[in-house]
Amino acid sequence: MTETRTGSPLSAGTTTGVSRRTLLKGTAAAAGVAIGSGAITGFPTIWAQNIKNVTLRQFGTGVSNLNAVADKVKEDLGFTLQMTALDSDAVAQRAVTQPKSYDIADIEYWICKKVFPAGVMQPMDVSKIKNFDKIVPIFVNGKLTPESAVAQGTAPHTVGFVEGKDSIKFAKSATQWMTLIPTIYNADTLGIRPDLVGRPISSWKDLLDPAFKGKASILNIPSIGIMDAAMVCEAMGEVKYGDKGNMTKEEIDKTLKIMTDAKKAGQFRAFWKTFDESVNLMSSGEVIIQSMWSPAVAAVRAKGIQCVYQPLKEGYRAWGGGLGIAKHLSGLELEAAYEYINWYLSGWVGAYLNRQGYYSAVLDTAKEHMSPDEWAFWMEGQPAKTDILSPEGKVMEKAGAVRDGGSFQDRMGRVACWNAVMDEDRYMVRKWNEFVAA
Amino acid sequence: MTVSAVPSEASSASAAPRGGGVRRSVLRRVAPYLQAGPLALALLVFLLIPILTIVAVSFWDYDSIRIYPDFVLTNYEELLTSPVTWKTYLNTVKFAALTWVITLLIGFTVAYFLAFHVQSTTWQMVLFLVCTIPFWTSNIIRMISWIPFLGRNGLLNSGLISAGLIDQPLEFLLFSDFAVVLAFVHLYALFMVVPIFNSMMRIDRALVEAARDGGASAAQVVWNVILPLAKPGIAIGSIFVVTLVMGDFITVRLMSGGQSASIGLMIANEISLLQYPAAAANAVVLLAVVLIMVVAMLRIVDIRKEL
Repeated sequence: MTETRTGSPLSAGTTTGVSRRTLLKGTAAAAGVAIGSGAITGFPTIWAQNIKNVTLRQFGTGVSNLNAVADKVKEDLGFTLQMTALDSDAVAQRAVTQPKSYDIADIEYWICKKVFPAGVMQPMDVSKIKNFDKIVPIFVNGKLTPESAVAQGTAPHTVGFVEGKDSIKFAKSATQWMTLIPTIYNADTLGIRPDLVGRPISSWKDLLDPAFKGKASILNIPSIGIMDAAMVCEAMGEVKYGDKGNMTKEEIDKTLKIMTDAKKAGQFRAFWKTFDESVNLMSSGEVIIQSMWSPAVAAVRAKGIQCVYQPLKEGYRAWGGGLGIAKHLSGLELEAAYEYINWYLSGWVGAYLNRQGYYSAVLDTAKEHMSPDEWAFWMEGQPAKTDILSPEGKVMEKAGAVRDGGSFQDRMGRVACWNAVMDEDRYMVRKWNEFVAA
Repeated sequence: MTVSAVPSEASSASAAPRGGGVRRSVLRRVAPYLQAGPLALALLVFLLIPILTIVAVSFWDYDSIRIYPDFVLTNYEELLTSPVTWKTYLNTVKFAALTWVITLLIGFTVAYFLAFHVQSTTWQMVLFLVCTIPFWTSNIIRMISWIPFLGRNGLLNSGLISAGLIDQPLEFLLFSDFAVVLAFVHLYALFMVVPIFNSMMRIDRALVEAARDGGASAAQVVWNVILPLAKPGIAIGSIFVVTLVMGDFITVRLMSGGQSASIGLMIANEISLLQYPAAAANAVVLLAVVLIMVVAMLRIVDIRKEL
């Protein structure tokens, strides 16, 4: 089966398959689908019919587990995709403790470092993934361009491959067995209220500026918050890290000492844990500078309140998520999962994610699904020629707007560290809880 | 017809009373067990077994991915030697104590008003039902609605500023211990009102009259007659409030802006980081602390005797 699929001449398979589908569906929009979903073809007829009965259960965080994707899967591929959106912690828990409850896991890379060694997932065969060559190199070798430096932390490429088909040991460099297919990623920085901070913000250390006493916030998810704290401490020149993403006990102590002192001095107004909380803190003016996520900034702006996702000179803290296949999947369902993943990389989803301000794994195919103006705005950092619409069709940015932080190269090229799971994870979490309780 | 039937039955009945008696006495002995059976079974399955599981897991080992059946004391060691634990317990007990005092004052006053000031039973019931109206919306909604009210640019602050009472927004209103206790009182005052009202309604009015006739002032009547007789209600209400506050994790997080800690929050954090054994150890300690508190309260007031 695998041989036929991978061995069959790609172009021939694609054309026949698509024209058959086009004929069947007779939709005008099929032109876009035709380019994008070359993945759906190459099935023997029986399977193409059976696949309609397949249901795949996917779960993951709210950022990428969108019903629009499930609807489009039904339309393009014919099978049913059930989406469950949870928060990061619940995702990690469910991935490890209830591996039979899902078929496809959309998990973050730093969580992958915990989940994959638990043996609940199966690596993916790279040769079955059509657009593998076009995946952004960050996820393969850690470098955006051949010259760029590898960022600290749990960089996706360090947990992106395992040594063999049944291995749970991460490989040092790319192999034929991939743990996750990158779906969504972004570079995070501080969000500010430019109308209230009253001065330009240029460094992570501004989070602890006494001028913002009682008006700052940081997120209380230890694995992510500690990285923000590290960016702050490093920018202040207080702590020098060997690797921010894998701190020593001493580095953890120093970092959290600085944060605890700031907390005791009344620097923070609140800690947030969910997307909504961060939006509310910012839009109500309780907080004017905080670690934030880009769609949360967009949500504040959507209320007509000024909010900027401020690029900082020390660079960004990045995160990424990807699709993995549960261990128990086999046969037709496994094939369907591969079809789905190939479809995922074929452009439609990529464009959808890019339009939300995130980035997709394969940029070439996403570009085909975006207008030149959209592409120029989101990916090249150019001023929008027309109004920029969200995937749901709402106006996100007026014509003339420029994206915070500029182009894809500027943003992802300036990643200083990735969300991480450290060797001293358990110690770090204990210390973090002490900080929060202090 | 009936007459002739009697002897024939009587002859066969000579053996029956003995058999029936045995059966009846067996039934009589078994009946209480049968009656208690369903509850005992439910408690066993839904309370005892889970608690025993938690106790067992609290001795297991874990890393960031899995838990390992084992017998280690590290979980308790890490818990009890950590200054955070003590600080958090102190903080939680502080919240519990403050909430207890305030809800007790409110609960006693409201119950006293309902039981002794309102004369008609109909009005008593109507007003009592009015007290339960807040329970028509969920806890979380009632809690969250405080946030826009108390916030820096919230209703209260903007009201005070426009009334000229203050120049700067009051910062302590939201994301502070004040906000946490306020929310607790708001959420749990009724748990105090109901049992106190209930025990006050059982007080024989003749006792109050007798005290008045004996020359007692209103305050003396409340202190020497009503308060001692309302003790079982106070004890029950206190148990409700204290156990609810000790176990709470969402109120503290939301109202303190995540800046205060509570035991419940600590456990929730540990669970979310897959540190089940640590969470279990914490839960066992919390259970022990709460049980000690409840036992202490029951020592002061013998509910069974008073009821």
